[in-house]
Amino acid sequence: MEKALAELGHMDELALMKSPVHNLNAGAKLLATVIYIIIVMSFDKYSLSGLIPMLLWPVFMYQMSGIALRTCFYKLRIVLPLVMAVGLFNPLLDRDIMLQIGGASISGGVISMITLMLKGVLCLMASFLLVATTPFDSLCAALQKVHVPKVLVTLLLLTYRYVGVMTEELAVMTDAYHLRAPGQKGIQFTAWGSFLGQVLLRSMDRAQELYSSMLLRGYHQHFHYAPIKKFGTADAIYLALSILFFAAVRFVNIAEMIGRLFVR
Amino acid sequence: MHMADALLAPAVAGAMYVASGAAAGVSIKKLKKDDEPAKLPVMAVTAAVVFAGQMINYTIPGTGSSGHMCGGMLLSALLGPYAGFLSMIVVLAIQCLFFADGGLMALGANVWNMAFYGCFVGYFLIWKPIIHSKWFGEGKSALRSRIIAASIIGCIVTLQLGAFSVVIETSLSGITELPFGAFMGLMQPIHLAIGLVEGLITAAVLTFVFESRPELLQEVDEVGVPLEAKRSLKSTVAILAVIAVVVGGGLSLFASGNPDGLEWALFGNAESGYSQNMGLDEENFGVESNVADTAGSIQEKTSFLPDYAFPGSDSAAGTTVSGIAGGAIVALVAWLICMAGGFFRKKSDRTL
Repeated sequence: MEKALAELGHMDELALMKSPVHNLNAGAKLLATVIYIIIVMSFDKYSLSGLIPMLLWPVFMYQMSGIALRTCFYKLRIVLPLVMAVGLFNPLLDRDIMLQIGGASISGGVISMITLMLKGVLCLMASFLLVATTPFDSLCAALQKVHVPKVLVTLLLLTYRYVGVMTEELAVMTDAYHLRAPGQKGIQFTAWGSFLGQVLLRSMDRAQELYSSMLLRGYHQHFHYAPIKKFGTADAIYLALSILFFAAVRFVNIAEMIGRLFVR
Repeated sequence: MHMADALLAPAVAGAMYVASGAAAGVSIKKLKKDDEPAKLPVMAVTAAVVFAGQMINYTIPGTGSSGHMCGGMLLSALLGPYAGFLSMIVVLAIQCLFFADGGLMALGANVWNMAFYGCFVGYFLIWKPIIHSKWFGEGKSALRSRIIAASIIGCIVTLQLGAFSVVIETSLSGITELPFGAFMGLMQPIHLAIGLVEGLITAAVLTFVFESRPELLQEVDEVGVPLEAKRSLKSTVAILAVIAVVVGGGLSLFASGNPDGLEWALFGNAESGYSQNMGLDEENFGVESNVADTAGSIQEKTSFLPDYAFPGSDSAAGTTVSGIAGGAIVALVAWLICMAGGFFRKKSDRTL
């Protein structure tokens, strides 16, 4: 649990770094990421060669932002098995031969499995990039700009702040529990209710007090965000180039074109 | 049960966003109408507790495996369906953004599968009717039993609905080759087991809240049972223990290879925060002999494919070979970008 907390803190640190990507307007980054993911998702399940050039955008952006790709792939280890689980059956079920290289035949299922995995990786890279280069408050401010309801945005912001506090508190409690119950795995069923129940009750009271103190400091149902960077020329160029690149890759099979230059 | 972006077609993802968005819109309207801005911090804190609570693992007696808590039923029992739904959205959004658990575009589908059923179906069709029903007779202990029953039934039913939706959404997207029936055969039984565990944990937490602060639970105060304060937890624990042992025995038949235990062993604590419903994981690791066997047999039945039929000539091969060559070159370019980035950054001081 401490590790999860550390990871969350690490994300905050990453988001506060300085780089051309960090400097971009949060809304522009959000929009580009969403378009990127939609385009990646829209590729046909066999168009592996068409999909590969989409890799260039996140790789380039990661380099610009100064965030190591390794950091992102560290996260991938969680999600990749999940995506593979469903794709795993494709080679078994789809055995039409699509391609023969030398003596080996490659079935459609293998190609669609690899495409599926690549799609998962690309989407993850893109959304991780967004979160790692944008402080959460700016992201929330951007969400509000695109008319996501205020209630939801405020709730998101507050919850994000509390997740750290609550995780820390629960981590301390679990430690204490395990120190008193050595050699025991997990929390015994006799303590299921009281363990979380206690935290829940105390936290709800705490939230009430917190709300009172917010009111005392002049809160009335909306937050004032520190002014986020205005949408400027750099953002426009970034957005235009990104979209241009996505469109080019989507409509022209660039990998195949380059390949033709070399093969045959 | 968190779906990744790659598992959904854009049209399906979009449709699910619209559906979840509509539900969220209704919830926000309701919340505003009830004029309960004071609820906001409570919602946030409760959501954060649920989020953190999902990282704790609970031992299930008799199986040696462990479970995680489900959010939907718990949140709607504590906050009501609308506020609970919004809190769940936020929990799922944070999981998606910071723990890469479920995709950004798949968020709409994930909200529907996990939050909508848990909060609305679970609340209006299960929690509310059962709490108001005459099950287990009159009085406080009967009400407690009803809370336990509602939690367990609620979690099982809503998880089944959620798992079914995952199957439908994936099939509609046409991304996996797994036949509808086989996929369902994998998802439903494993989520029955997970639902039971989550139901038990939810029941345990809600009974605790009921014993100490009954007024916090939705609908419970309207039943009109005199609620005297603080009562010994012993009887509750005893009831739970009996249920747990019975269910645990049943569970061990289902999931003999303690799936979550394995998952914990593999990934450690930090990653466990990512998932409340482990369906896909377990299926991937394939530890549970029974489930794997069932899946195998279903697959046998459904996937009678002709033997390897090697086509004599492959006209598409030429273009695809160039596709592969091009792909390799693109990968090389990507690698070069990395190297260049590293080269230029070495010049400037690296602070991180």
